[in-house]
Amino acid sequence: MNVIFDNIDTFLRGFGGTLTLLGLTTLFALPFGLLLAAMRVSPVASLRATSTVYVEVLRNTPLLLVFTFFSVIITYISGALPFQVAAVLALTIYTAPFFAEAIRSGINGVPVGQAEAARSIGMTFGQTLGLVILPQAVRSVVPPLINVIIALTKNTSVAGAFFIFELFNVGREVANANGNAVVAVFLGVAFFYLIITVPLGQLADHIERRVAVRR
Amino acid sequence: MKRRFLTVGAAAVAVAFGLTGCGAPGSATSPGADASDAPAEGEGPYSLVVEESPEFEEGTTMAKLAEAGSMTIGTKFDQPLFGLRAPSGKPEGFDVAIGALIASKLGIPFDSIEWTETVSANREPFIQNGSVDAVVATYTINDKRKEVVDFAGPYYVAGQALMVLADDETITGPEDVRGQQVCSVAGSTPAATIEAEYGAVVVPTDVYSKCLDPLRNKQVVAVTTDNVILAGFVDQNEGEFKLVDGGATFTEEPYGIGIAKGDQAFRDFINDTLEEAYDDGTWARLFEATAGTVIENTPEPPAVDRY
Repeated sequence: MNVIFDNIDTFLRGFGGTLTLLGLTTLFALPFGLLLAAMRVSPVASLRATSTVYVEVLRNTPLLLVFTFFSVIITYISGALPFQVAAVLALTIYTAPFFAEAIRSGINGVPVGQAEAARSIGMTFGQTLGLVILPQAVRSVVPPLINVIIALTKNTSVAGAFFIFELFNVGREVANANGNAVVAVFLGVAFFYLIITVPLGQLADHIERRVAVRR
Repeated sequence: MKRRFLTVGAAAVAVAFGLTGCGAPGSATSPGADASDAPAEGEGPYSLVVEESPEFEEGTTMAKLAEAGSMTIGTKFDQPLFGLRAPSGKPEGFDVAIGALIASKLGIPFDSIEWTETVSANREPFIQNGSVDAVVATYTINDKRKEVVDFAGPYYVAGQALMVLADDETITGPEDVRGQQVCSVAGSTPAATIEAEYGAVVVPTDVYSKCLDPLRNKQVVAVTTDNVILAGFVDQNEGEFKLVDGGATFTEEPYGIGIAKGDQAFRDFINDTLEEAYDDGTWARLFEATAGTVIENTPEPPAVDRY
């Protein structure tokens, strides 16, 4: 276990890298996912189609391929992106559809009568969604959204292969320098991931109990 | 007013991600070609003479392997010139040649060697739990590793070097990269050295070939790892890159053969085999057939360290 304390600086630096990716990606992907979900339930057919195609394509593409596109392929098309930008962009593009699907499931969970009532008193689509549907939907989507964030936390490890220093790279670096304690090193890496994901899971459980809508 | 949610059918979209072959590191060329010094009348890709029913003392690792007629060797599958898996499925390179050399002295032909991929993180566990009989995988001998495994050799001494763009005159040595971005493989010894001793900012990736594009795009100022690997890249991309200071190295990485801790007889046997190969020119022939295809001057073989 000493190997972790001896290299705690490296571990914390990698942990910071992972947290930064997680934070920035959530910051951008969540609003983007909300937009995608709104497009997907909108009355405008072209918006629905665009959103559906985007969600289905990105959700079903391996993350590694998305990363390769933004970190490697794009340099041949438009010039290179800074490493951190490319990583956050790849994660955002990839994660937004999962957020969108979680939100859409929540929207679909609100009885159709609610929307019909709102529209019948003259609310626009935007008002219906913003004032009637989403406030109800959000209660049931928080736990699945947190699940997406947990999945995202683990997905950040892919960035380690694309010029970003994060937790998984810590494992490789420290393990290489400490061939006598490889198991302890990777247990340490797992521990740092769990520091992020376990509390998130607990939070999801807690919120689910608090705000679950019983119908 | 009816909301229509799920009406759009599955849209089949061909995504033109245009994955062109991403400059995979070149193979170590066909082994066995251009051998000069030593006679090469043996068999297999490295023309090694396989001992016929060699005799070993009862109970030793050698006796066990010779009787089994096969052995498992761990090597890298992604390291050009040393251990790179060829389309045939078998790895090739200098590490592979050294592994084949040891096997041949045990009476095991090349085709009976089972190659297992070892990466930096699993070399020690694979040796400790007996998954492999030996590891020949650009495996630098160091004290921490000696605590859990034993090393025969070294059979080659590599050294860390820097590769920059061919027209870069600003970097003349490792001291010049302080505070600048340098690409290397996460968790490799060269990455740790350039960071800890020369103050560079390491941009990590998983394979060295991925460092080439950032270097071309000037996102990093240099790529660093062992000289032999960089030499391969310079060779493959003619005119684009060069080694700083003519390929001068600033560390010593003695590559050893990892075996189970405490197996003194096996270690002596491998060391004897290496020394014999140094003396009769086999070592030089194997080097020239593999790593020597891009490294012009075949070095003197390093002295075996019987610690």
